[in-house]
Amino acid sequence: MNDSSTLNNQPDTMQDYEDRIKALESKIQSVESAMETSAYNRWNWKDWFERYGLLLAWGALILLLGALKPEQMFAWNSYATMFGSNAMIVALTLALLLPLTTGDYDLSVASVMGLSSMLIAVLNVKLGWSIAPAILVALLAGALVGAVNALFVLYFGIHSLIVTLGTGYFINGVILWISNSATIAGVSMQLVKGVILTRVFGIPIGFYYALILAAIIWYLFQHTSLGRRLLFVGRGREVARLSGVNVVRLRAGSLIAAGVVAAFAGVLYTGMRGAADPSSSLAFLLPAFAAAFLGSTAIYPGRFNAPGAFIAVFFLSTGIMGLNFLGVDSFVQNLFYGGGLVIAVSISQLIRGRRPMD
Amino acid sequence: MTPAINSDGRNSATSDATHSAASLNALELLHFSKRFGGAVALDDVSLSIRRGEVHGLLGSNGSGKSTLIKILSGFHHPEPGAQLSLYGQSINLPVNPVRLRDFGLSFVHQHLGLVPALSVTENLYLGKLATRNNWRINWTSAHENAREVFDRFQLDLEPTREVASLSSVQQALLAIVRAYESLREAGELHADKPGVLVLDEPTPFLPQSGVTQLFDLIRKCVDTGASVIFVSHDVDEVRQITDRASILRDGHLIDTVESGFISHEGFVSRIIGRDLEQYTGTKKPINNGTVRLRASNVCKESIGPLTFQSAAGEILGLTGLIGSGFDSVPAILYGAQKEVTGSISVDETTLDLSTVKPETALQAGIAYLPADRLAEAGIGSLSVADNVCQPVLAELQSGIALTEKQIIQHASLLGANAGVKPNTPQMPLAALSGGNAQKALMAKWLQTKPHVLLLDEPTQGVDVGARQQLWDALDATAAHGTCILIASTDYEQLASVCHRVLIFSQGQIVAELTGNSLTKDLIAEHCYRSLTRSA
Repeated sequence: MNDSSTLNNQPDTMQDYEDRIKALESKIQSVESAMETSAYNRWNWKDWFERYGLLLAWGALILLLGALKPEQMFAWNSYATMFGSNAMIVALTLALLLPLTTGDYDLSVASVMGLSSMLIAVLNVKLGWSIAPAILVALLAGALVGAVNALFVLYFGIHSLIVTLGTGYFINGVILWISNSATIAGVSMQLVKGVILTRVFGIPIGFYYALILAAIIWYLFQHTSLGRRLLFVGRGREVARLSGVNVVRLRAGSLIAAGVVAAFAGVLYTGMRGAADPSSSLAFLLPAFAAAFLGSTAIYPGRFNAPGAFIAVFFLSTGIMGLNFLGVDSFVQNLFYGGGLVIAVSISQLIRGRRPMD
Repeated sequence: MTPAINSDGRNSATSDATHSAASLNALELLHFSKRFGGAVALDDVSLSIRRGEVHGLLGSNGSGKSTLIKILSGFHHPEPGAQLSLYGQSINLPVNPVRLRDFGLSFVHQHLGLVPALSVTENLYLGKLATRNNWRINWTSAHENAREVFDRFQLDLEPTREVASLSSVQQALLAIVRAYESLREAGELHADKPGVLVLDEPTPFLPQSGVTQLFDLIRKCVDTGASVIFVSHDVDEVRQITDRASILRDGHLIDTVESGFISHEGFVSRIIGRDLEQYTGTKKPINNGTVRLRASNVCKESIGPLTFQSAAGEILGLTGLIGSGFDSVPAILYGAQKEVTGSISVDETTLDLSTVKPETALQAGIAYLPADRLAEAGIGSLSVADNVCQPVLAELQSGIALTEKQIIQHASLLGANAGVKPNTPQMPLAALSGGNAQKALMAKWLQTKPHVLLLDEPTQGVDVGARQQLWDALDATAAHGTCILIASTDYEQLASVCHRVLIFSQGQIVAELTGNSLTKDLIAEHCYRSLTRSA
């Protein structure tokens, strides 16, 4: 779209004069705007607090719980274990961020995680496959579920909430079917070693996989044009369409990517336990949503973002760990995650200026 | 009704309402004025609507008729000094919209206010259902009641049908019956006050046969003693259905006339006004550059087939009255609408409009700026930088990473050139004023140097200063060979910025104005003339 051929090529005196005036005007304007911009960029404590509030809250939570149970709360080992055992929740939350950014809900991610986990166990333990192809099949299954979701959401125009609720439930049935409703143990030690037994700075290596994944998604959202386009699609579908963005392709892509990342969460989950059971992964859907929404109130407030989600997962699990140390029953998990989700959504709503979330 | 022409509207306006006049008049408006900032939208307008009459309200865009209706419906607050009375009972201003029906005023707006997914009966009793607690709704008797109502008006409407499945005419009839019924209900308390029905442009999207049905219904309403205010821009319709008509222009009441005594021409000259000075600015010559844009046999529903072309560097205006279809042409050419046939070519590239999508149109060098700034053109919750950099993100991401700094810098540069104030790209787009948001969104597309730029009402809600800057930017762009299409109802602006203007009526191009014949008055005249239906 370069059309500079007709640009003025023979400057006369009048043109010259006008150009100089224009140059001066734009100089004045840039000075003016620089002043305005600096006024806007002034260190704003409110803005700063909004961005890092969740980190501060995490610190405060640690201090508060540490005051009550110092010997456990201030032990590196507790955190190393927590970081390791929550890696799959981080991955699951990151899976959710993609469709949430393009304005779709994916309620099937936890089921995909369970399916992936069970597929690895069945293929590896029952059918004797080696671990690498089993993982590959699990990831492909995740992509397939994402594609089916995309087909119903985009081609048939059904709301993603309904489609993924249905496909999630359907997958739960598939999991029970292929596992005969039983837990399958004895998954290859290679995988267990590669996820939990190998430790770096005392933290199981699975945590670092989740960290790398978070970094990739942060980079995608923050530093690529694709990421900006995803955001555009989520905030204004019609605007994006009229700006020449292929809305259908991006929404389909993010649903499929969510399936693959959720399947990867299933790989971590299997490696963590060396086994797969047919139902426990479903309990991670709500924590993932809570973390995604809580994360959207921090670091880049108002946007679903990877670093925020990452911190949110560990903020929530620190609270639960601390309450467990205090001897509170396991029901505290439900209180924490359920309450966390509602509060997080309320806060993010306030940040977005009381505009309804789409 | 005395055949005295022109005088009675004004006379009753200047003298204060007496009791005898109050009993004759259903609705009386005195000294209605409205200012928006410095602009006077309505200047001391006084009107009276008699019992049992259909009163037309005519005027072109910006004449003040919609402002007047919005004051009546409680949307705008009038300037102090205005008085309003219904059947001699004065009503406090601003009007309380919730109590309108109790006073005896009911509105049917162009968009009818029906709920498409509900049944005819549910829509008919929507007001009742919304305001009263019914612990048990007897649907059989509700349907029966609805049927009785429709029988009374001899309308063929099935109460159980879903409103979405009704034709546009049936929907309009239903909306009018509903408005009338709500008056009747409120009027039961005082039978001598049958009420005033305000129909705000109910006809532009209806076929001719539908208009006849609508008029039959209006007559039946009036026969019961109710009064109707019929807002329209269609002179023939006003002559057909109304007893009297008031004409507004530039916020003034020009005349109130007995409709039957005034010719079509008489109405048109009152609407347009002859006393206006001819435009004296520099007239743009006809552009004879090489043809850049060709549209052939473009059709969409009731629009087309349209065939026209435009030269490189030409600013081409598209206009017409509401419902004439001109306003959908930019979106159609951009491939933003479905079920379009025909083709469009830009330079050597030809696109089939039945398959083209915005992204393919963009690749061919077509850009489109929609009228709805925050729903279609830009995203209010995202920053100005995110909005304006969208088409060039791929170019901005030259290295491995696209950084926030790059985006802000680029947007800051664009904003400075376009004169966006404040030029703070981090600000959300919604925080900018209308004019500045438009400057930013225009710059978003101008930076791509499009071959063809399609604009829909580019200066709607834009202040005068920003307008000039936008036009300057467009002039400069056209000078570089871009072909610019502007769909707008602002005749004055079209006359001053366009090389050529196409006038639409009923989906067709009916006139083309260029050179000296390209004036505000002539555009308006062609718009209204073209409506004269060859009977």
